[in-house]
Order: sequence, then structure tokens, then C-alpha cells
Amino acid sequence: MKAIIIGCGRTGSSVARHLQNAGWEVVVIDEDEEALSNLESSWPGRFIVGHGLDIDVLVESGIEGADAVVVSTDGDNTNIVIGLIAQRRFHVERVVVRVLDPARAAFFAERGLHTVCPTSIAIGALTEAALVSEMVSTEGASI
Amino acid sequence: MYVLIAGGGKVGANVTRSLLRQNHEVTIIEQRPDRFRVLEEEFDYRVQRGDATELHVLEQAGIGRPPDLLLAVTGDDEDNIVICEIAQKRYFVPKVIARVNDPRNQTHFDMLGVAPTVCATSSIMALIEHEVPESDIIRLLQLRDYELEIVEVPIGDDSPSSGKRIEQLKMPEGTRLISVAREGRSTIATDSTKLVPGDRVLAILQTDREDELRRVLLRH
Repeated sequence: MKAIIIGCGRTGSSVARHLQNAGWEVVVIDEDEEALSNLESSWPGRFIVGHGLDIDVLVESGIEGADAVVVSTDGDNTNIVIGLIAQRRFHVERVVVRVLDPARAAFFAERGLHTVCPTSIAIGALTEAALVSEMVSTEGASI
Repeated sequence: MYVLIAGGGKVGANVTRSLLRQNHEVTIIEQRPDRFRVLEEEFDYRVQRGDATELHVLEQAGIGRPPDLLLAVTGDDEDNIVICEIAQKRYFVPKVIARVNDPRNQTHFDMLGVAPTVCATSSIMALIEHEVPESDIIRLLQLRDYELEIVEVPIGDDSPSSGKRIEQLKMPEGTRLISVAREGRSTIATDSTKLVPGDRVLAILQTDREDELRRVLLRH
């Protein structure tokens, strides 16, 4: 299986490592050469310096034969547009895009883009954690 | 007409000014605090502060009415694409115009159906080609929606079409000659028009027929 990871920050580099450990062939793209340092020094996969909207860079990464594309740069709109291009131009079956703004994540999800919104996930988890403490204290009160 | 403008840089501000002068209703969205203050001094309540790619900012600016036209003219191509996508697909804004900052991104706008677009760099390059002609086809106008373009072709001494009447040329399918400019005067091209070196011929063609046109008019 082959994955292209676009954006090698904390999230992208970790996803790259996990997929690599799971036996995937992984190609990482980032604009910034320094981002390579987010991967371990013995990173065995390919690392391409370039912009994720540059068609030449995408083709060079082998996106045409990729099973999955994960887009996780620090810009929501950049991620959305790269995701749409991967899906519609290169017909990649599984495209996953990080979008921090919940409203935009929801809208583009409706439009058929697989978005992951860390903000929504955090809101859900934090709210749930707070509600659990309420439950614990109510239970305590009833005893 | 009600126009919503995303991006209050030079382009956005100048378009706002021109539209207001024509008595149109305009709201302009600008994110940068310094720039917002400058715009607010001139355009008052017509300026909305915020990120025009956020739905609630667009809604505050009145995208739900919806506007007759939305202009996405920020300095960021991805932002412009996302703004147009949201405007068209979520709020059913009937017309959008987008600015392309980096001509290499034109293909993404086209691919995602964001049209029409305006790219200053491409326009300047087209002018350069027109003003400093090399002996090749010059693209004057691209009608993207129709997949047609209008081009200018300079006829040289060694052009295979030179000295021939148009009816003698084997014009490729999907191409047609429009007019011939000679010594500062243009005439409409007819079958009997004879091409001579120095002529500048206008042609309309399907966008993928350039090579065939070049072969008939320019290259042996």
C-alpha cells in the first residue's frame, strides 16, 4: 500500500511514521526542508521538498498510484484545495484532509471530502470529560 | 446590484470604489486589522472585518441574501477557491469572479469549476506576446467556458500559407480564420483572401487545435 503525506508537521510526520510501521510505502511532501527533522533521523521513505499544489511535485510523489493521501499542512484552505485536487484530478480513492475550522470541515464533508476536524474532536472529548465528572459527583451525592 | 467582495487589498478597494460610483451596493471583507482601519475610513459601514473563508463572517457580510455577484480577490489562491466554492455551492450566489495570483494555479481553478478568473500575470504575458511578437501564434482571448480561443497568427516569408488564397488552405476542423490585417487595415477573411508575408491573421479555434493551425499557417 502506498500513501502520500502532505505537510510534515507534528501531525503529518506522526501519521507518516505510523503508516511506515504498518508496512506502507510512504512519501512525505513539505515546503520546508527543515520539516524533515520532524521525522526520525533514520526515515527510510522518500521526502520531497515542494508545495502540495504543485502538480509536478504531486506527480513526482507518485500520487497517481497512491492508495491514500493525507493532507495536513498548517492551512485549512490549502488542505481543502489539495484534497479536492487529489480526489478529482488524480482520482485517489482515499483522501483525508485536516481542517481546523468545524464549519468548513462540515461543509466540505457534505461535498464529499473526507475531513478530520481536530477542533471538533477536542470539543467532543472535553465536553464528555466534563459531563463524566458531573455524573461522578451526582452519583457521589446520591450515596 | 449587490456585490460582496472578499479581500480588501488594492484590487478589492479599487473595485469597491468603482462600483460605489456606479451606485451599486457593496460589502467588502478584510482580515488584516491595519488594512481594515484604512478601508473603514473610506468605505465606512461597508467594510466587514474577518476571514472571508469563515462561514459566519460571510454570513455577517450578507452572503445569505445572496449577493448578485461575489468577487474573491484575496492574495491567496486557495482562499479564493474556497470562498467561491462556499459561495456557489452553499449560498447559491449566482455569479463569482476569482483572482488568480499565481498563474500556475490556474489549472486548479479550472479543474474545480471556479470561473471566470482574472490573472494579472497572465494578462501581462499575453500583452508582452502581442507587443513583442515572435513568429508564433499569439493567444488574444481564451473563452474557457466554450473551450474556444481567438489567436493572432503572423504570416512570414517562409509560412506555407504565404501566397495562397484561404480556399487553397486545408484548414483543420475546429478552426476558422476571421480577418486579415495588412498595413494597418483589417478585412474580414473570405475564401478568396490571399495571404502575404507580413499579414496578421485572426483565427478562432477549439483550444486543442493550435498545433494543427500552426502546421497549416506557419510551419512546413
